[in-house]
Amino acid sequence: MHNQTSLGMNRTGAQMSPLDASRMEDFAESHSPELEDEMMAHEGIANLRADYGHEAEAVGTVPIPGTLTGAVTTGMAKLTGKKPEVLVDKLGERLAFERTGVRLYEALMDKLAAADGELKLPFSMDDLQHHHDEELEHMEWCAAALESIGADPSAQTPCADTVAVASGGIMQVLTDPRTTMAQCLNAMLTAELTDTASWELLIDLARESGQDNLAPQFEEALRHEKEHTQRVRKWLSRMVLDEAA
Amino acid sequence: MNLLDHKGVPLEKQTFTWKEMVGKPISKLDDEAFTRVRVILMAGAELDAIRLSRVGARFQTDLRLPMAEIRRVEQHQATLINWLLSADHSPLETTIAYEQVAIEVTAAVAQQEPDDYLAQVYRFGLLEDFDHLYRYSALLDRLEGKDANNILQGHTDIVPGRPTADEHRHPKDDLRDPMGADAALVSKLHANLITGAEFQTHDYYMNIGPTFADPVARQLYAEIASIEEQHVTQYSALVDPQQSFLEQWLLHEATEVYGYYSCAESESNPRIKGIWERFCDYELGHLHHVAGLLQQYEKRDAAELLSEALTPIAFRSQRDFVRRVLDSEVNLRANGTQFVDPAQESQASLDYRRLINADGSPSTQIAEGYRWMSGTELNRQHLRRAA
Repeated sequence: MHNQTSLGMNRTGAQMSPLDASRMEDFAESHSPELEDEMMAHEGIANLRADYGHEAEAVGTVPIPGTLTGAVTTGMAKLTGKKPEVLVDKLGERLAFERTGVRLYEALMDKLAAADGELKLPFSMDDLQHHHDEELEHMEWCAAALESIGADPSAQTPCADTVAVASGGIMQVLTDPRTTMAQCLNAMLTAELTDTASWELLIDLARESGQDNLAPQFEEALRHEKEHTQRVRKWLSRMVLDEAA
Repeated sequence: MNLLDHKGVPLEKQTFTWKEMVGKPISKLDDEAFTRVRVILMAGAELDAIRLSRVGARFQTDLRLPMAEIRRVEQHQATLINWLLSADHSPLETTIAYEQVAIEVTAAVAQQEPDDYLAQVYRFGLLEDFDHLYRYSALLDRLEGKDANNILQGHTDIVPGRPTADEHRHPKDDLRDPMGADAALVSKLHANLITGAEFQTHDYYMNIGPTFADPVARQLYAEIASIEEQHVTQYSALVDPQQSFLEQWLLHEATEVYGYYSCAESESNPRIKGIWERFCDYELGHLHHVAGLLQQYEKRDAAELLSEALTPIAFRSQRDFVRRVLDSEVNLRANGTQFVDPAQESQASLDYRRLINADGSPSTQIAEGYRWMSGTELNRQHLRRAA
């Protein structure tokens, strides 16, 4: 497994072909329109985005809790606030992100197993397994919370959808056979930082929505995620600094 | 090279495993840009072979089995080649590479094309793809904050060509005069190769265009995909329609041999060179197989069609040639099958263009005031502030 930063024949960048790059810039200077006002150049793009923005429909909707079965759960009855669907949407997002988090740790563990003990790392398979298991637990808590308010944990809410779009690149980095462990930890840090901030928001939202009963479990999830973030950050820092030293 | 000098690998020995097909990709950062150019070109040639065979099979009975057998190998060749593109290429970066193929390979073909009219057709198309590169480079810079030259590696200029907004024509102005039976072998192979590359580009844009969220990108892909359809119309119109299907099939196999031979001659990555050599041998096997069918069904000797010697396509920067063509031919327009001054453009194309651009021109909008600079246009702003 390749796990080192190395010098080599990277062919990108102007310094690899300074004469060509210089000829290209000179030609661009004489054959391209002059940029009189940088803001004007962006204006057309901004206007088009605005046009479509005004006409756009939503990514989707939040499924209406309980209406299909007619059942009203205790949790649902206690829902407060003008828009309880906001809580359902964000719970759906957390459920989806934690479920993907389980798969991210699986991919990271596969990468570690493939290294077959060759690498000297500041973490072990047990460490990754521990994070993996907690992500799974959080996923289950989110599903249970959704059920308690009569929502369908198998549905994909709009925020679940967009958070998956936002984090889509993380798995690409983890499963690329060419990436190093440090590159993967860097990607995982993105996930863990998002996780931490998202649980903080979800705790506030649960309370705001009259679901104080969910808060203790969610606070435990937040403690886990803070620990994950801290550890991933420490591992990454150790690996990068050790390699540079 | 003479196409009939070597028998190649017999069809029954052309086997693959999934591990072979899904091998190690090239490096976006370290491999030569022309390695990627060759990968994209030959994936396009294989996909075009599959396309021709599928369409042909709808009109054939006796040839269905040999076509299906060869098509299966071509499917796996196309897979092995296309899967050489590494996953860190964003769809827009791959788009830049596709346009580099369209510019550099078409420019090489235009220079070695012996027929003046055909060479003019290639130069005409070349300046349109050249403009697409400029528009997509602006999109890459302004949407993803990336420098297109990290893909182009200093080989291809990024300036406007024939404006994409002006490339929209009535279909009658996209047709070209087909070559006759007496055309040189290399002319026939050029037309197949460039048609395959453009077809692949069209299909790629049609598939990835809707994967973008930004309406600016969605519009630009919609617009340029439409021009690529015009280009496929233009280049495929060059093929002599009087040829039998078997003759066209034979020439397509010859095109693939020629493509792999040219790739193997210039490849800098030894592992990839091995693939080109292996597939050149596979294609020679296909060629001889089809030559046997031509003999069997049409009582014709393939040597009548394939005996000319061929020199390999030059895979290198054609900057000076492209600049000359840009300077002298950017204002050409098409009227019917001929190339004319703007004043002689057909009313049908002018009407069509006015209609399709009525709500604005995506390619104009994205490149408003765009001037490429190493390190992206934000680098220019940074330098201005520093000054």
